[in-house]
Amino acid sequence: MSGQQTPDRGSTVGDMLPTVTRERGQRQVFCGLAGIVWLHRKIQDAFFLVIGSRTCAHLLQSAAGVMIFAEPRFATAILHERDLAGLADCNAELDRVVAEVLERRPDIGTLFLVGSCPSEVIKLDLAKAAERLSAVYSGRVRILDYSASGLETTFTQGEDACLKALVPELPELPGGERSLLVLGTLPDVVEDQFARLFTELGIGPVHFLPPRRTTEFPPLGSGTKVLLAQPFLGETARACEARGASLLSAPYPFGIEGTLGWLRAATEAWGVAEEVLDVVTAPAIARAQRGLAHHRESLEGKRISFLPDSQLEIPLARFLQRECGMDLVEVGTPFLDRRLMTEELHLLPEGVRLTEGQDLERQLDRLREDRPDLTVCGLGLANPLESEGLRTKWSIELVFTPVHGFDQAADLAELFARPLRRAALLRV
Amino acid sequence: MQLTLWTYEGPPHIGAMRVVASMEGVHLVLHAPQGDTYADLLFTMIERRGTRPPVSYTTFQARELGSDTAELVKNSVGDAFERFKPRVLLVGEACTAELIQDQPGALARGMGLPVPVLSLELPAYARKECWGANETFYQLVRGLLKPRVPEAGRHPEPRPADRRPRANLLGPTALGFRCRDDVEEVTRLLDSVGVDVHVVAPLGATPEDLLRIPEADFNVCLYPETADQTCLWLERMFGQPTVKTVPIGIGATRDFLDEVGRIAGIDVTDAKSPISSRMPWYSRSVDSTYLTGKRVFIFADATHAVAAARMCAEELGFTVVGIGTYAREFARDVRECAKRYGVEPLITDDYLEVEKRAAELQPELMLGTQMERHIAKRLGIPCAVISAPVHVQDFPARYAPQMGFEGANVIFDTWVHPLMMGLEEHLITMFREDFEFHDAATPSHLGSRVGTNRPAGSELQESAESADSPVQADASTIIWAAEAEQELKKIPFFVRGKARRNTERFAAEQGIQTITVETLYDAKAHFGR
Repeated sequence: MSGQQTPDRGSTVGDMLPTVTRERGQRQVFCGLAGIVWLHRKIQDAFFLVIGSRTCAHLLQSAAGVMIFAEPRFATAILHERDLAGLADCNAELDRVVAEVLERRPDIGTLFLVGSCPSEVIKLDLAKAAERLSAVYSGRVRILDYSASGLETTFTQGEDACLKALVPELPELPGGERSLLVLGTLPDVVEDQFARLFTELGIGPVHFLPPRRTTEFPPLGSGTKVLLAQPFLGETARACEARGASLLSAPYPFGIEGTLGWLRAATEAWGVAEEVLDVVTAPAIARAQRGLAHHRESLEGKRISFLPDSQLEIPLARFLQRECGMDLVEVGTPFLDRRLMTEELHLLPEGVRLTEGQDLERQLDRLREDRPDLTVCGLGLANPLESEGLRTKWSIELVFTPVHGFDQAADLAELFARPLRRAALLRV
Repeated sequence: MQLTLWTYEGPPHIGAMRVVASMEGVHLVLHAPQGDTYADLLFTMIERRGTRPPVSYTTFQARELGSDTAELVKNSVGDAFERFKPRVLLVGEACTAELIQDQPGALARGMGLPVPVLSLELPAYARKECWGANETFYQLVRGLLKPRVPEAGRHPEPRPADRRPRANLLGPTALGFRCRDDVEEVTRLLDSVGVDVHVVAPLGATPEDLLRIPEADFNVCLYPETADQTCLWLERMFGQPTVKTVPIGIGATRDFLDEVGRIAGIDVTDAKSPISSRMPWYSRSVDSTYLTGKRVFIFADATHAVAAARMCAEELGFTVVGIGTYAREFARDVRECAKRYGVEPLITDDYLEVEKRAAELQPELMLGTQMERHIAKRLGIPCAVISAPVHVQDFPARYAPQMGFEGANVIFDTWVHPLMMGLEEHLITMFREDFEFHDAATPSHLGSRVGTNRPAGSELQESAESADSPVQADASTIIWAAEAEQELKKIPFFVRGKARRNTERFAAEQGIQTITVETLYDAKAHFGR
């Protein structure tokens, strides 16, 4: 592809996959509830009602970073002592709160009842509640449920749980027809770019999940090819496969190489000639190369560590190593879904230190010993590491910012280059 | 179940974290799932702390439930002790752990660690953050000092004549509103009357400092929301009197000095009008005349709300049109205060109710928390932040206390700046039909791009306009006659929204269907002060 890759770097040696060290201990990561912060912006007619504790409400407010000016399309039904006393009353209370939400927001098309750690532990059956409430509001509001509890989901897995809950709602793709389904929340601007590329490649119809409105559900069936835009959607992918769809194996669309490989998976499935792919992508690739060259100067030869957090670590490490010339010190990931990472793991350099899970304090010990030039971590750790003289990049920005595709490749590189450039500028 | 969009307070374990994060040599082990680790960012991002809060989380997962969560607690406690070597270890549980009842405190105490291990009860489904901070501070002080409580009836030794009186400053915490600077200001203030600050806690204190608390002659309950329980206990057990006046505002600062003087047996007269106290003269200065009767709505924690009300009424000549608090534990203080100013108190933690009240009252200034700042922005009302919950902006780089004489100076600036300046207001009123003064005009110094590309930063203007659209609801049946609509446009843009609302309310009350120029001025007379 780009000709930027150096032969001694990232050579893929047959099936020699990197070895993975598993760690268990204290984790420092958001739970799946954090996904609501971007999901509610993407699905414009959805409301997310968390059934949880004051902690859940406080987490959502804090993860959003700023309090959003408009009335948000998410809320928490905070459990109180008396709700814990009897589940019957708890269900009655839930019905009351749902009525209150829907009265306030008549514009809502889909209401998600979102399970949390406390609702899981008290075994509040939200699936049953969703069924019961669906009957009450039938024809007006679709009511679905999923669990984003921190007992089961880590950060971006909340999106996986949410999208999985949408799969049974998708209409059946008529037999004999085929379509491409792109899974994962993408900013509208990126979604539109991809839609244009697929049209130029002669691939269609193309649908995206989640949709911007839940009135626009894409069809799903045995003719559906599923392409993952995010690497954390294993459960949703499996649910699509259970309905007959097939999953395309591809790297993730970060950087030039990842985006090209991702599009190629679709062109191969559609029988589009490689030359067409080359012609269609050439202008965007040329732009991306120009943009990347600038940031490569700041990043080349710099050492980077990823703390396990957003689940984007492996594809991003691949991009930064192969296209920006960075050296990977450690790549941590909260969990490793080998099937979804097959293509990516092949692209990682031999001998990379790959860790799954977390034992926070030991990881920080290693980090202090390694002293990489840049550490990708969560918000709670960034300033403490900065004050120890390490440069950091907050991972949450990677899920809030348009970073997929050719035209965002330079923006993605800049997210990592900026802390380094800033550190070089400051004399205070 | 309570429907909540935004919350004023976190759960009680956040309060516990605020106490331990304020201190040195103390560590908290929280039995909680992984998502609860978000709380670290409150300290490292909002307060820009360069260290992680001294908190370890057990981060139990579904697969551990029921089987080995207890073992996990013991491992976490052991690891935390080994690594951080705290001189006091606190153990608590967050909401989910409370449900699985592992008794982490008892487990930790059974481990025979060579330091005091205190167990916290933080009922997550009944209590909130401020309560949690108050309780944690109390448990810490009580836990450490209980063995040193003198036998009943024994009075503290009188202060030797050659020693300056000593005071402890109790209550300042991490994530509190301007605590860092308040401590400095109150320390200076006490020094000015010859009183030494002995221990400040929890902010910056070690466990050894807490042991020295009884050596002081009295305690200053600087933030009752976090320290009133502790002060009360120290008063009962060690006979240490408490200074209860919170020195926010000129009057309160003087009352505070009087109370200190009474308790310490010293003369404070000379300290009551320092030369650096500019606020009283600024308020008497003729340009401040325009502040007279400005209608203010206050919503905050109880201490800051009550203090703000007094400053508004007595020191700035504002009219308090509404007051409220989210701190139910201190609701009584706010109710009494509301009675004093003849307004209905608003005790709620539902920000939608606060927004509703603000929209009804249409104040000219809102004093509140970060939540009220958002409400005010939406309604186009000037606002200043006076209390937690806090935001990164509430940790200014400069020295900006709220307490003492310098605090009053800071408050004067902070509250008055969002308001339209006196002469400016007159000019706009006089020349409201001036072609450069109309609301869509670009400021003349920005050239002639009239009507297009409104400069960034004209936030007041923007928000005032959004507030200028007709209110829906009840007023929907009321029509504006063309001349009345024209007349309304002559009113300066920043009060136009209020004029429109007041007129429509007046029309609705009077059963008027069509608003004429007459109605407009009748309404003005009706609502005029």
